[in-house]
Amino acid sequence: MGATAARDGPDMTNARNQILGGIRASLKRDVLPPARVAELEARLKGQARGPVPARARDLDRAALIDLFEKQAHLVQCSVARVAALDDVPGELARYLKSQNLPSQVEMSPDPTLDRVDWSRAPMLEIARGKPSGAEGVGVTSALAGVAETATLMIPSGATSPSTMNFLPDTHVVVLPASRVVGPLEDAWMKLRGTVTGELAAATMPRTVNLITGPSRTGDIEQKMEMGAHGPRRLHLIVVEDADVA
Amino acid sequence: MPVADTIPRPRIGLFVTCLVDLFRPVVGFAAVKLLEESGCVVEVPALQTCCGQPAFNSGDIADAKAIAKQVIASFEGFDYVVAPSGSCGGMLKEHYPELLADEPDWALRAQHLAARTYELIAFLHDVRGMTKVEAAYADSVTYHDSCSGLRELGVKTQPRAMLRSVAGVAITELPGAETCCGFGGTFCVKYPEISDKMVGEKAADILKTGAGTLLAGDIGCLMNMAGKLKRLAMEEGARKIKVRHVAEVLAGMTEDAPPIGESS
Amino acid sequence: MIHSTSNAFKANAHDGLANPTLQSALAKMKVGFPNRRSEAIARLPEFDALRDRSRDIKNHVLENLDWYLERFEARVREAGGLVHWARTPDEARAIILGICKRLDAKIVTKGKSMISEEIGLNGFLAANGIEPVETDLGEYIIQLRNETPSHIIAPAVHLTKAAIEADFRRVHTHLDAKRDLTEPATLVAEARGILRQRYFQADVGITGANFLIAETGSSVIVTNEGNGDLTQLLPKAHVVIASLEKIVPTLEDASTILRVLGRSATGQEMSVYTTFSTGPKREADLDGPREYHVVLLDNGRSALLGTEFQDILRCIRCGACMNHCPVYAAVGGHAYGWVYPGPMGAVLTPSLIGVENAKHLPNASTFCGKCESVCPMHIPLPKMMRHYRVREWRQNLTPRGARLGLGIWAWTAKRPGIYHALTSMAMRVLGWLGRRHGSFFNLPLAGGWTATREFPAPQGQTFQAQWARRQRAMGRT
Repeated sequence: MGATAARDGPDMTNARNQILGGIRASLKRDVLPPARVAELEARLKGQARGPVPARARDLDRAALIDLFEKQAHLVQCSVARVAALDDVPGELARYLKSQNLPSQVEMSPDPTLDRVDWSRAPMLEIARGKPSGAEGVGVTSALAGVAETATLMIPSGATSPSTMNFLPDTHVVVLPASRVVGPLEDAWMKLRGTVTGELAAATMPRTVNLITGPSRTGDIEQKMEMGAHGPRRLHLIVVEDADVA
Repeated sequence: MPVADTIPRPRIGLFVTCLVDLFRPVVGFAAVKLLEESGCVVEVPALQTCCGQPAFNSGDIADAKAIAKQVIASFEGFDYVVAPSGSCGGMLKEHYPELLADEPDWALRAQHLAARTYELIAFLHDVRGMTKVEAAYADSVTYHDSCSGLRELGVKTQPRAMLRSVAGVAITELPGAETCCGFGGTFCVKYPEISDKMVGEKAADILKTGAGTLLAGDIGCLMNMAGKLKRLAMEEGARKIKVRHVAEVLAGMTEDAPPIGESS
Repeated sequence: MIHSTSNAFKANAHDGLANPTLQSALAKMKVGFPNRRSEAIARLPEFDALRDRSRDIKNHVLENLDWYLERFEARVREAGGLVHWARTPDEARAIILGICKRLDAKIVTKGKSMISEEIGLNGFLAANGIEPVETDLGEYIIQLRNETPSHIIAPAVHLTKAAIEADFRRVHTHLDAKRDLTEPATLVAEARGILRQRYFQADVGITGANFLIAETGSSVIVTNEGNGDLTQLLPKAHVVIASLEKIVPTLEDASTILRVLGRSATGQEMSVYTTFSTGPKREADLDGPREYHVVLLDNGRSALLGTEFQDILRCIRCGACMNHCPVYAAVGGHAYGWVYPGPMGAVLTPSLIGVENAKHLPNASTFCGKCESVCPMHIPLPKMMRHYRVREWRQNLTPRGARLGLGIWAWTAKRPGIYHALTSMAMRVLGWLGRRHGSFFNLPLAGGWTATREFPAPQGQTFQAQWARRQRAMGRT
């Protein structure tokens, strides 16, 4: 799949050895002994957390959704709560109308979105698949919503093109309430769960986007302007049906 | 929390500081008066000259060490060492142990000195429990927090608390009170343009408070700010502001010397 | 390595002080950033505990950096990516050029990367027939002006909106000259439109990395714009350029540090886009780069380990120190003359290019300590600046006048008898000379001071002299 280490040649091995050797020389030691290595391995496996903010801890489902919604407003998201998956088309149509947007969306081929009965919004034109690059409306789901900061965790995958999170002008995320967690660390546990519980780079998705609000920049006189390169609007549709996983 | 000391009549070694010694002795006498009022016995070791900060901050470690050892030797045996300056107090308390860390004998002696060293106002308030004074000073005052006192020694609430007990004083908080005035010891002569910009902003903030008097706990800062305020008064007709060390007001000694930079 | 003008700090600072556009921008910056930070911290009671933990995580990594780098490399390779090791800027540039040439790249998009500034990547690529396109709005703006960034997270902070509008009009000549650019939003929209096409045209996307995760072999970028994401997702290859010390062990460790990064930088709890990239696109992925390369740059980092400057390697490039520094707020970032300005620049610059090439930077500080007090990683910046001053003294880099003056001062200070006699005399003279006016309009040897300030006259007698007299009068010694 491209260049291999061999192409970099002996110079690379030299550089690598010299850098690692230089680190050890500076720290006045040799390669770490096995006992120490075992400690470091254990630390990696342990996945120990630092201090987790109290506001994101020990919250029941209702409190989690409330916190998530509150934080979402603070970062300029709009939020709609619907009772069931089949209420999503109606809410999406309503939202597009309220923003004066045409009744057309691009939608990632996400299994959660597959389960929605889109015929409930018959005027909605839906293009499933990768984004075309047009600056319209993109609809995705998310693996998790982090209530602490209203952050969405959206990994890449066969049914989840990461570019759908960036190319459209408006991004709509359909998020089952059961996927809302308190702190970011709980979202990583969800991700690890989906890729089989262990440190496994080979099973880490290519891209994990943590998205907190619409795109913005403060580069002009430090005044926040929305829609720098990514979407200028982020609308969250939270589906409260407890049976929707 | 102010804690009344357990030693009934502690012996204080007063670290006068070179700037007080040379430029504004009234601050030294105010310190003596306040310390005696709080029940201390004050001595002034004759062999003190400077805390060594100019050498230390210029990278001249050899001289800084020599001076530090001189200070440590002169001030051994006192219950407390008190300086009317956050910057010199910080030098003794925070930097002497670090400076002499590679000489174990001296390191230990430096630690002992550090443990007993205080800035004047913090000492009076926190150790002697002196939260009120019997002085009078009728003017609106604003207070600048000198950096070392604030960040190295925790001097912030104590001068304000004690000032509130001075009859006639009205305190106006200085916006940006914690922003550096631009003195910085040798900085103001090495980088005078930058220093002037900083003290110019500080002077503008001071003038905006409408206060008649500027107070602080460090003579270097005060000379810098007084010098700028006076030049602005001379050249731009800015309001004249009286500048003094806070100890002068707390000790009721404002008749003993004119404000900094003014003639008698 | 890009050329430094750090030794011209005084002249640069002078220019900065005299520049009204810059001064106006700095006046806003020095209030805005600190306010936003303190508001954010007020909403997070755990902030100080998170700072302590962040410092401990980084210290732990530095102690074991070799092992963590090897683990990171192994994970990257498992995911199908490549790690390249570069000792010097030259090696890093050669590696990146090699990747670009092999892919026949004509256009390269770039996310914001201070390391790419450090190695002078843009100029090098351009000289080799490859067009680098900065996509971060601030970086794009300064690229148009042929300038370097003046702040590590807000590269165009030194510019006013008027200046930016002027540049857009000057360069975007294909657009209608009569268009209305009054509102900042129109400038953002214009840049967005232009850069949009470039993302699709790019053959290679180069980003930096805020973190490299040893556990998973991931690189992490933190942006508000989304430019870094379009940079890395659309082209054939994603190249990450990062220095060694960016490693953190686990996703949890990254989560901890992320909580202090945004708040310290802009007052945000989380930046809009925090992206973890691991290897090239997977077989079944619908998008993503076909190649993933991480170029690890040493350029002096391994040499700092084990020295009195090791702590600077904890820096997470939040910019809080320069946001709160009164010297930076007076002169702006360009005065520092190289890639890294402000307090962290005053330590990192001499560390990377040698103190003899950055003589002024550790000296242009009052040691007010504000930087250290706001640093989320508890880096003792003033202390390390002072260590450089010690180095300069020992290497005779301290200016002669200062050495002489200090030498005389120290000589007398070590001899109390002489000191007291001399100062007593000198203060009597000065006091007498200054008694009428109370201050000096002019004072020899203090021209820098008296140019713009009065120099207060001493009272006339030293404290020691008066105290000695008093003691004698009371029958004591």
